[in-house]
Amino acid sequence: MTDLGELYQQVILDHNRSPRNFKRLDSATRRAEGNNPLCGDRIQLYVQLDGDHISDIGFQMPQGSGCAISKASASLMTEAVKGKTPADAEALFQAFRDMLAGGATAPGKLAAFSGVRAFPSRIKCASLAWHALHAALQNTGDPVTTESAKDF
Amino acid sequence: MIDTKRIRGDFPILARKENGQRLVYLDNAATSQKPRRVLDAIAHYYSEHNANVHRGAYALAVEATDAYEAARTAVSRFVNAWAREGVVFTRGTTEGINLVAGSWGRANVSRGDTVVVTAMDHHSNIVPWQILCQEKGATLRMVEITGDGRIDLADFGRALEAKPKLVAFPYVSNSLGTVNPAAQLTKLAHAAGAVTVVDGAQSSPHLRVDVRTIGCDFYAFSGHKMLAPMGSGALIAKPELLEAMPPYHGGGEMIERVWDDRSTWNKIPHKFEGGTPNVEAAVGLAVAIAYLEQLGLEHVAEHEQQLARVAVERLSQIEGITIYGPRDHRAGVVPFTYGDIHPHDLATILDRDGVCIRAGHHCTQPLMRRLGVAATARASFYIYNDVDDIESLVAAVRKAGELFRVLAS
Repeated sequence: MTDLGELYQQVILDHNRSPRNFKRLDSATRRAEGNNPLCGDRIQLYVQLDGDHISDIGFQMPQGSGCAISKASASLMTEAVKGKTPADAEALFQAFRDMLAGGATAPGKLAAFSGVRAFPSRIKCASLAWHALHAALQNTGDPVTTESAKDF
Repeated sequence: MIDTKRIRGDFPILARKENGQRLVYLDNAATSQKPRRVLDAIAHYYSEHNANVHRGAYALAVEATDAYEAARTAVSRFVNAWAREGVVFTRGTTEGINLVAGSWGRANVSRGDTVVVTAMDHHSNIVPWQILCQEKGATLRMVEITGDGRIDLADFGRALEAKPKLVAFPYVSNSLGTVNPAAQLTKLAHAAGAVTVVDGAQSSPHLRVDVRTIGCDFYAFSGHKMLAPMGSGALIAKPELLEAMPPYHGGGEMIERVWDDRSTWNKIPHKFEGGTPNVEAAVGLAVAIAYLEQLGLEHVAEHEQQLARVAVERLSQIEGITIYGPRDHRAGVVPFTYGDIHPHDLATILDRDGVCIRAGHHCTQPLMRRLGVAATARASFYIYNDVDDIESLVAAVRKAGELFRVLAS
């Protein structure tokens, strides 16, 4: 159970149960859709950019379509990037990615996902929301999938 | 009866440990494990008989051809095919269905025609028909299912009023485990003038199948779900249909003569076997069939249905578990969800105890939408599974409940 406890850390279970910023944002200036075609997980991400920072952010997952890892990751991501500039948000994405690849632990509560790297089949669950954020910030307008991304 | 203890000894992979635990393999609807006899047959083929088939004028090539054609005879007997020539080797069910869609379908389905599938079909028995219908301007009609996971016979009847050219359905549902009344559905479809295609991916491994009793026109199955190698399988067809059909893949083997600008075709079934076939897979499939015949398909079916009954009963005792599919007429497939725990989380937690189950949409997204779920967890049984495996499953599911509730509270 020890390694399961490391995967499903208290903070992840908490954010899975009560996701933060779990809302549609009608005022969003950027939107993106993320899909994990392997498991059918889907996320709608709404980002409001005011000047040079993310003033608000929200996400939705259709009923039952998010596992604990993907939902908690989206929730913690929204908390982590709110108020940040797009460049800072992208830097956090990079840090998060590095952690999943076995590198240094990401800052703050994002460190809760360090246990995911021991579960290769779940890494894409953790990165789904971040790929959607990246697409929203790039303003591509195209839905992203965990499969089209060059790496996780 | 099935002696699981003895059978387990035939499967080298079942001796491996998963996270220090006994491997409890419950994803048999996805693929089965392979007995040593099949593994040995593949090695033996390559060690002793390998050559390209149907063309060599030397002893080795004759041996390879004999082995390949003997496998065809074995498959023909296994399903009681209309004729040996009506057995086309394929890479599996998906290729078999695509062959029918790409050959029979292209030649016989036109603008305004209807093709019927069911809402419980696997994507491999939906998408080829979507592609065909889109190309031809034909209509694809999906028959609804009942609340307890059977084909809705009233809706099936309504679909037949359109006088469809072709009706396709699964003998056994991979997502629900429903055993459909294949002979009855075929009879109804024939009465409406349709040709019938039966997806046998989940029936051939688990039931005694007799295509002449079903009475269908095409029957496709995969070897890898029934102890044989991946990339093995066959399409069983009425010979007169194959004779009339245009080729599917052009290439070597499938021709009679080739001129600069045109060709004539080889006899059936070779007309549909362009290119060097997977001889190793056919040889392995024949050995797998012999293994299953020795056990007796009736005993296999009974064993799995018994395991499914026990699994349904034991899982039902856990508060928050929902089980999908019919109460009766269920093969060894038990799909379930557990409260608001996502099936992928369940599968990860079970894996830590060595229990392998499937989580996801099982390549049946139209069915998942009708069930109102994004995904389910699915346990599916085979000849080497026993009640101990179900106890391991149930214990691991309970553990998942504790992890998510206790730690989350």
